[in-house]
Amino acid sequence: MVSVLKILGERIAFALAVIFSVLILNFILIRLAPGDPASVIAGESGGITQEIIDAIRKEYGLDLPMHEQLGIYLGNAIKGDLGYSYYFNTPVVELVISYMWPTILLIVVATVMALILGTVFGVIASRKPDGWLSNFLTVFSLIGYSAPPFWTGMLLIICFAFILPWFPVSGYSDVTLDVGPLGHALDILHHLILPSITLALIYLAQYSRLARASMLEVMGSDYIRTARAKGLSESVVFFKHGLRNAVLPIITITGLHFGNILSGAVLVEAVFNWPGLGTLAFDSLLRRDYSTILGLLFFSAVMTIVANLMTDLCYRIADPRIKIKKR
Amino acid sequence: MNKQAEVIKADNPAREVWRLFLRNWSARLGLFIMVLIILVSIFGPGIYAVDPFSIRGAPFTPPGVDSNVPWGTDHVGRDILAGMLGGGRATLAVGLSAAVMTITIGLVVGAFSGYYGGLVDEILMRITEFFQVLPSLILAMVLVALFTPSLEMIAIAIGIAAWQSTARLTRGEFLRLRELEYVKASRTIGASDSRLMWVIILPNALPPLIISATLIIGVAILFEAGLSFLGLGDPNVMSWGLMIGSSKEYIFDSWWATAFPGTAIFLAVLSVSLIGDGLNDALNPKLRNR
Repeated sequence: MVSVLKILGERIAFALAVIFSVLILNFILIRLAPGDPASVIAGESGGITQEIIDAIRKEYGLDLPMHEQLGIYLGNAIKGDLGYSYYFNTPVVELVISYMWPTILLIVVATVMALILGTVFGVIASRKPDGWLSNFLTVFSLIGYSAPPFWTGMLLIICFAFILPWFPVSGYSDVTLDVGPLGHALDILHHLILPSITLALIYLAQYSRLARASMLEVMGSDYIRTARAKGLSESVVFFKHGLRNAVLPIITITGLHFGNILSGAVLVEAVFNWPGLGTLAFDSLLRRDYSTILGLLFFSAVMTIVANLMTDLCYRIADPRIKIKKR
Repeated sequence: MNKQAEVIKADNPAREVWRLFLRNWSARLGLFIMVLIILVSIFGPGIYAVDPFSIRGAPFTPPGVDSNVPWGTDHVGRDILAGMLGGGRATLAVGLSAAVMTITIGLVVGAFSGYYGGLVDEILMRITEFFQVLPSLILAMVLVALFTPSLEMIAIAIGIAAWQSTARLTRGEFLRLRELEYVKASRTIGASDSRLMWVIILPNALPPLIISATLIIGVAILFEAGLSFLGLGDPNVMSWGLMIGSSKEYIFDSWWATAFPGTAIFLAVLSVSLIGDGLNDALNPKLRNR
């Protein structure tokens, strides 16, 4: 137990170190970039004179030496202040948090969809390794992997929002509807279907192929033969001995994919005008809204760290043999 | 039976891999598509010499209506066919150079990490993990947006954002190979560290790296397309992603303006994945009989 706590402590310390490094990296990156935020802010309000730029520079602390700026930035970050968005006129933390939930909703729904359907398809296909479903999954996974997500999204819009007008073209919810909280939730769900399918398609096929391969390997191993030999029922062998071991690589891959899923979500959000972090990132990049960009990169890194820790946890639930393994 | 006999008589490993590769119909298909795309991109703009940025017809002309613009026009009247041909060059160039960047960074980091081990390994792997935490497309977006959005910058940004898996793969191979007897023997007869790394170990670490390099070209093409789609591409160079990005508001008025470049990106990435899969089967003896 002591060693478990110790390793857990090490993990958290490492996570904190990474978070700290992300902050420093962000700061360096933004400082290296050409272009001066002061003139950008001045440009937004029109009528640029040198005095205005100097005043803005002073107001936002842009005239201080670099290491002092970094010190201020890190000190504020520890206090939970990632700066103030020049463009949105809101603290960055508030801004990012308000845009975070639609993205998390999209990612969670898409991941769960890809995971569950992928595992089910893969497991069914593994029963007949040369059957039509197996072949279909192979082709399908190549298509899912090769198609740019924004293109799939557009095709889905054309098919299921334009030719067959079943789903809304874009957006998060219909503000003109007045249907109460439950109706509102259903409305969001209705808007969520196409974007989440677009995002899930990239991974669904990969997971199903992985599940198939992993299930085939597990079911061919010696302990499965032993389990059968000692007279366990086929369903116990399949689910308890087979599936439980076969899902381990899928869980690992899902954890590793989290950053990619977040990246994919950015593209999908751009197609569907989904008001999440991707949309925010895009808007603030175009406006050189430095604090928001810093905050976004920071938050996406934190989300990935949290996702990795959660993967670790799921991994241990699925496989009791692993206590906490040191990386 | 027959297969075993073939393996025994094989002499040249490269020829052997090539033969196994060609035996696979999907790999042949991938190679065919790739060669076609490359040829069209190289010679196409010379044969159909139209500036992809010039306005050639009425906006939203569908394909096959105006013989002047056989594949139709986009929302400002630019020729889709010219864009497809010109865009192929940019997309392939960025995909290829980004893949080279990615592989170079990943190879160097992974080789040093796996070969030296210890503290070097610890530091390099911590850096790798650090970069793994940053979502790659978002990092590439930030890099391209902060610096000039030129093709070179895009390739560099993709390289910086995507090298981690190559580094891990290389490290794993180096860790495994450096303990093998032939490496120890070479060390005993006095081979230098750099000779051991690049001449003795690297060739044997190549097969999985070649496969991952092929796949990374696909990833890089998708990255470039995604960045251009978001409006972060080089605005002065026509690419497939740029075409989709600039026409995304008009998908209901001109489906062809996004469908053609989208299909082209899809086919390019698909062909690379097929080639990668084929190479995997050919280079990985364990999988050959599956």
